[in-house]
Amino acid sequence: MFKTLKRIFSYAKPYIAYFVMTLIFAAAGVSLSLTVPVFIGKAVDCCAGAGDVDFIRLAEIAVILAVIVIASGIFQWLMSLSTNKLAFLTVRDMRSDVFAKLERVPLKYIDGSTKGELTSRVINDIEIISDGLLQGFTQFFSGVITIIGTLIFMMFINFKIAAVVVLLTPLSFLAASKITKATHNSYMKQSEMRGNMVSFSEEMAGNQKIVRAFVYDKRAEEKFAQINNEYGKIGAKATFFSSMTNPVTRFVNGLIYAAVGLLGALGAVGHSSFIGVMSVGKLSSFLAYSNQYTKPFNEISGVFAELQNAVASAERIFNVLDEDEVDDDSDKETLTNISGNISFRNVCFSYNPEVSLIHNFSLDVKSGQRVAIVGPTGCGKSTIINLLLRFYDIDSGEIKISGRNIMDITRSSLRNSFGMVLQETWVFTGTVAENISYGMDNATRDDIISAAKAVHAHGFIKRLTDGYDTVISENSGLSQGQKQLICIARIMLMNPPMLILDEATSSIDLRTEHRIQRAFNKLMEGRTSFIIAHRLSTIKNSDIILVMNSGNIIEQGNHEELMKNNGFYARLYNSQFVN
Amino acid sequence: MRKLLKYLKNYKKELILGPFFKLLEAIFELIVPVVMADIIDKGIASGDSSYILKKSGLIVILGICGLGFALTCQFLAAKCAYGFGTELREALYKHINTLSHTSVDRIGTASLVNRLTNDTNTVQNGVNMFIRLAVRAPFLVIGAAVMAFAIDSGLSLIFFVAAPVISAIIFFIMHKTIPMYRKTQQNLDRAALLTRENIEGTRVIRAFSRQQEEIDEFRKAVDDISDNSIAVGKISAILNPAAFMIMNLGIVAIVWFGGIRIDIGILTQGELTAFTNYMTQILLALVVLANLIVTFTKAFASANRVSEVFDLESEENGSELPDSTSENIIEFKDVSFMYEGAGENSVNHLSFTLKRGENLGIIGGTGSGKSTAAALIPAFYRATEGDVITAGKNVKSCDIDALRSIIGYVPQKAVLFSGTVRENMKWRNENASDEEIISALKTAQAWEFIEKMPDVLDTHISQGGRNLSGGQKQRISIARALVGNPQILILDDSTSALDYATDLNLRRALKNNMQETSVIMISQRTTSIKDADKIIVMEDGEAVGIGRHEELLENCAVYKEIYSSQMNEKEGNHNV
Repeated sequence: MFKTLKRIFSYAKPYIAYFVMTLIFAAAGVSLSLTVPVFIGKAVDCCAGAGDVDFIRLAEIAVILAVIVIASGIFQWLMSLSTNKLAFLTVRDMRSDVFAKLERVPLKYIDGSTKGELTSRVINDIEIISDGLLQGFTQFFSGVITIIGTLIFMMFINFKIAAVVVLLTPLSFLAASKITKATHNSYMKQSEMRGNMVSFSEEMAGNQKIVRAFVYDKRAEEKFAQINNEYGKIGAKATFFSSMTNPVTRFVNGLIYAAVGLLGALGAVGHSSFIGVMSVGKLSSFLAYSNQYTKPFNEISGVFAELQNAVASAERIFNVLDEDEVDDDSDKETLTNISGNISFRNVCFSYNPEVSLIHNFSLDVKSGQRVAIVGPTGCGKSTIINLLLRFYDIDSGEIKISGRNIMDITRSSLRNSFGMVLQETWVFTGTVAENISYGMDNATRDDIISAAKAVHAHGFIKRLTDGYDTVISENSGLSQGQKQLICIARIMLMNPPMLILDEATSSIDLRTEHRIQRAFNKLMEGRTSFIIAHRLSTIKNSDIILVMNSGNIIEQGNHEELMKNNGFYARLYNSQFVN
Repeated sequence: MRKLLKYLKNYKKELILGPFFKLLEAIFELIVPVVMADIIDKGIASGDSSYILKKSGLIVILGICGLGFALTCQFLAAKCAYGFGTELREALYKHINTLSHTSVDRIGTASLVNRLTNDTNTVQNGVNMFIRLAVRAPFLVIGAAVMAFAIDSGLSLIFFVAAPVISAIIFFIMHKTIPMYRKTQQNLDRAALLTRENIEGTRVIRAFSRQQEEIDEFRKAVDDISDNSIAVGKISAILNPAAFMIMNLGIVAIVWFGGIRIDIGILTQGELTAFTNYMTQILLALVVLANLIVTFTKAFASANRVSEVFDLESEENGSELPDSTSENIIEFKDVSFMYEGAGENSVNHLSFTLKRGENLGIIGGTGSGKSTAAALIPAFYRATEGDVITAGKNVKSCDIDALRSIIGYVPQKAVLFSGTVRENMKWRNENASDEEIISALKTAQAWEFIEKMPDVLDTHISQGGRNLSGGQKQRISIARALVGNPQILILDDSTSALDYATDLNLRRALKNNMQETSVIMISQRTTSIKDADKIIVMEDGEAVGIGRHEELLENCAVYKEIYSSQMNEKEGNHNV
């Protein structure tokens, strides 16, 4: 925990000035405010009774008080301002770092994590740190100063009563921690029940259309009522337990207040041998202190809970930041003069060291050849692409492009020489034109439109409310096929030396696909290209067909050779026609 | 908003007693300073130790009673809030189940789930806080002022200046900051969106080597967050110091003017102490009140979002039962349908009839209206023009549940639910026997892999069917619709994840085992539908051809084009 805290504060280093200011202003503001009860007490003592009021002194005290109050207020304000800057600038840097990190980790890491979880790191965990740790820190700091300061002032006024207060305060703590412990169990249960309720709602309300189609609603409602009732009962219990804290600590504070009043008054009455002399004014400032003294304890115990959350969040973030990065390759050469020859030599690769996937794979692709990879879903077709583009690195062997080992050139120049369309379409929130011209900042509107026309996307784009300026996103109502068309248009515009089409037309109806095919053919002319498809018709004319099954390349050759072979490919191909 | 109040009606008792007990506690809390003033003025002045003891004891007793009252209130608050929340959620879920597809589309299922879970919770929390604090905080403010007034009406004028000034500052700050917080939230949402999109698009971003540009753009979004947060912080940072200053300056005034009044003998020292005490109490209560207003603002926003769902109209329902002996199983009479907010008909003047037991194929490109046309048969959507007649009855006057129970429906995207295979298979009929389930699984070509699973029908399916492959999910989803021999079976392009061989076996099995059932097959492949008794070719919402395969090849240009493009591919003449 301490290491984590230290690391968080290393992020605050550039803003150390704000940090120091926070401390100074907090110390100044809090300690000034602590003197207020002393002066109020003194003022009360100036007013002993009718005709016995020392107005000169009272005026003096009033002026001092006013100055102290205003100064303390200003310090508190300055403290808030510096905490704000400190907190928000620190988490800003952290958040940018985590995001930038995600651009640099190997794909393996991203593929192996849930997307929602990674997003939650960048957004929620950082928020928790911002709320809990950095805001909590000032609360903690001023709380501690308050406690210590109050204690000192009370000791000065009357040591014995102060000792009684110190002895009584643990009561407040004890009560709070007892309650926390008691509530912990029911709280865990409550969040479990809430989890049940939420996941049931996600399933059943999230699929309301299916529920209605099957007239399943009555049964779903019964089950929901049952889960909901359980949640309601346990939730009420947990909430009640946790809401006991405030009244109970208030009660303990009340006890302390009564004890101070009793002892102080007895002292003032003349049991001074035991308690010490006490004026009414001192008693009233003592009472004010005893009120002030217990409050930070409650706050601090709250801060601790938040601090724990924040540390847990920070640990999750540092775990991301500590991930290995892909090595920096900016000093390597860039790939130029791309001939389009690609060779795989004895390539071995596995995602998981225990399960070998690709073993001694060799392949020569001549410039302009078309390579198809086929096989059932999940057989590892995309792995070849992952290796070729260095999304994953091979375990042994080598891959050469235009005679250059891909390990010796920069990743960006390697990837820039390929145009890639994936089955999982990616459109980002932005206009259609921005989506098509992604990565091509100087493309003109005409270029964009002709790319869209080439893939028969112009028609539907024109019909969108703002045409090419319509803002689209993953969930903006475009069909999967339309999104795929936009991704293909992107590649058309890029006009890359080599091509990778990974199930690029899987969501496009056959008729449109048939039409796009012409555009693809034109694009592929003379360019080395890799095509992954489950519709065998689209790949028949390829120069090389790799047939994969459960991670292995089991057959390799052109269509005629493979058919003659009468193996897996032939069976796969023929199954289309059994009718 | 007001509609939600009725879910409180079973908790009237708690709703009244809760704040009442809290009020008692607050009253007791207000008495304490007076008792303390007595200790100072009477006890100390007369040197009466037993009086001091007695009064101190009174403070303790007041504390104990206060504790009892407060706990009672907390208990009632939790009971009422959760009781209310439970009833609200149950009613809301029931209402969600009555919504038509059009209503669901209007809000979106993700948002529905959110409103059912998060918003109801926020409202529930609002009720809880209302009982606990809505009476206490204002009462403490007013009570302290009244007590002060009772002690010395002249001096209490200071309260009537300070409290409104503090309130005014609180409200000014909230008025300024609430919209700014909303903006910060929007900035945060934008950062979340960028993050999500970046993670989803890593491959594309890296393929285009755009990492630095993406980082720069995110940095801008993050700068917006911090700029905005700092700007809000600047304003809200005023609140506490300002309240502190005003309160303490008030105390300075009390001390000064109190001194004058003590000098002329209308105020005592103890009363002066009580006065300063009340001033502190007012400030604390006002701060609580400010937080409470934030909670309530959120609760009201959530309550509105929940009300919006209640405002969505339920699906219309008729009383006629489908006629299982009708000659035609489906009849479309000049049917048009337009989605809400769309400018064009998605189905345009479609007419056809299908005899009982006949099979129908619907083919066409993406967005041609195939699925929409089929969705009119079980009345998922209502035709905007014309009549849809299913099993002899106009769906407009049909009992919806009865209508849907004669139809087996397989959606495009296979959706399975957490539970066992058996539980999933019982969706159409909760009393289905294992034999019936297995036979449906066999027809759907799913039995071959379920049979091999160690727990067979008891195999657990996780939420969304994550532990199954796409093809497996699709086959179970088909089997689920077959249980109970539906009169109509709608397969909405639901075999896309199946390979050709399995697809073929499925079609054969459907033909052999489900002879009584009219199968409606929506597809993009001519092979899947060419044996149907009737084929509808759709383009841009219009039926450009209706007939048998051979007829359409003769006289439907679009069908011919689709067919030949697919045949070409098969025969290897594809001009690649």
